Amino acid sequence: MKKVVVIGAGHGGVQVAASLRDEGFEGEIVLISEEKELPYQKPPLSKGFLQGKQTEVSILFRSEQYYVSNAIDLRLGVTIASINPKENYISTVNGEKIDFTYLILATGAANRKLRFDGKEPKNVYYLRTLSDAKWIGQQLESANNVVIVGGGFIGLELAALAVEKGKKVTVIEAQSRLMERVLPEVISKVFYETHIQKGAKVYLGACVNGIQDNGDVVLSTGEALPSDLILAGIGVIPETQLAKEAGIICENGIVVNELQQTSIPNIYAIGDVANHYNPFAKKNLRLESVQNAVDQAKTAAAHILGKAVPYNAVPWFWTFQYHLKLQMAGISLGYDDYVVRGDTASGKFSIYYYKEGKLIGVDSLNKPADHLNARKLLELGIHPAKEEIRDLSLSLKELVSVS
Amino acid sequence: MPSITYIETNGTSHNIELPLGATIMEGAIQNDVKGIVAECGGSCMCATCHIYVDEKFLDKLPTMEEEEQEMLEGATAEVKSNSRLSCQVRMSNELDGIMVRVPEEQ
Ligand SMILES: Cc1cc2nc3c(=O)[nH]c(=O)nc-3n(C[C@H](O)[C@H](O)[C@H](O)COP(=O)(O)OP(=O)(O)OC[C@H]3O[C@@H](n4cnc5c(N)ncnc54)[C@H](O)[C@@H]3O)c2cc1C
Ligand code: FES
Repeated sequence: MKKVVVIGAGHGGVQVAASLRDEGFEGEIVLISEEKELPYQKPPLSKGFLQGKQTEVSILFRSEQYYVSNAIDLRLGVTIASINPKENYISTVNGEKIDFTYLILATGAANRKLRFDGKEPKNVYYLRTLSDAKWIGQQLESANNVVIVGGGFIGLELAALAVEKGKKVTVIEAQSRLMERVLPEVISKVFYETHIQKGAKVYLGACVNGIQDNGDVVLSTGEALPSDLILAGIGVIPETQLAKEAGIICENGIVVNELQQTSIPNIYAIGDVANHYNPFAKKNLRLESVQNAVDQAKTAAAHILGKAVPYNAVPWFWTFQYHLKLQMAGISLGYDDYVVRGDTASGKFSIYYYKEGKLIGVDSLNKPADHLNARKLLELGIHPAKEEIRDLSLSLKELVSVS
Repeated sequence: MPSITYIETNGTSHNIELPLGATIMEGAIQNDVKGIVAECGGSCMCATCHIYVDEKFLDKLPTMEEEEQEMLEGATAEVKSNSRLSCQVRMSNELDGIMVRVPEEQ
């Protein structure tokens, strides 16, 4: 009997197991997670869960019963130490061997840590897992001065929810604007102004030089910011160690083909850890999003079931901060022109990015219908004229039918 | 606990008791009701948790926020007068005995 073993039970791992069963896989499925909790979703951690709007149960992917009734052998609290690709087995840290016909690496990514003179300060916390979130939640109760290093999505979501809890919040960002890596100036600005208006202090183009044991965060300017809780969100590093040690080709992640196969054909990689050629970005990259993990999982599952359906899904992502809901579709990196649909002053608008006259991505702020429509446009490869985008009398549905 | 019946497109029905305050989407996902995808995990971001609600319960449902209305417009299957996004509807005692149908597509 065929046996699929999945390492990592996050968005990718759970989806691959579910898709295999949905599509009729009859062999064994083993789903392994080093975490002790039932598999849960990560996006709510820095949103609803820490805001107190969602609970541990409501963020679970599935109930415990689901895994039992679908014959998914879920092994929690099990860390894998190595892969033997020649003899097709993996070993746990306790030395147990688990053999496989197909192996799926869905190991995700780990937080990049702040280091000063090669040392990691002990009083800086990071958010990746449910247990991190619970710990941060507890610390937030008693903290007054919260310093957040990194003005990316997770840092800013944490900043917003800490402000809403009445904390004094300072955000330190090295770039000259917020979320610079992925967002254009117009949108960065809305977020910046909102954070300031809500009461956060935001340092841009600022560099942290060190962190004192008493909680002082020292900037390169010499300024020391007192704090009683320091959180950092400064990017992630793909979890490639198992793959590297097994001789699988890695380069900024585990390199996969359009069917999610690694350099060893019966070993797949999906999600945050997978470096793939992305048809929307027209280059190799890793994406850190639920969409990417879920859609790559479906591709891998289909291939195991004998269907070669190359990965070609429209990338999308979202962030919530205060009343701001930003949804991104496509990959707008490298645009040479953009068009705004709606009124930026109203806080409800979308930006359509073009490259060489073709629509490559759309960011929608508090405009969910634009976002869903944009995903359709991108999926169908429709490139509306810029005038059409500006024309608010033209409905979005018409845009999809105009090809 | 209030109870709910989910009807899948092939007619399979699931009668489930849901804790007060749980969303209809959560009930579906955790009980393996086929056809409710909920890609965004209940953030009102994806419109893949579309359901049709038993007409009898329509006036007992919480009113639709603007964002739900906007997202719903983008749902894949036909949007009807009894369409809702199940992640935006929480179980209450008034909804005890409600029946919801899963659309053909999400
Ligand atoms: C706080 C936060 C907020 C986010 N918000 C959003 C958002 O709003 N929208 C969005 O699209 N994305 C968001 N993301 C990103 C999204 O969660 C990830 O892209 C997604 O989880 C990737 O799925 P994955 O399956 O690749 O990895 P993960 O979901 O990270 O799962 C990997 C799992 O593998 C396990 N593992 C690793 N190594 C081993 C080993 N050796 N043995 C056993 N188990 C192992 C890990 O413990 C982990 O549970 C957010 C992430 C975080 C942390
Ligand atoms: S689960 Fe995504 S909109 Fe309801």
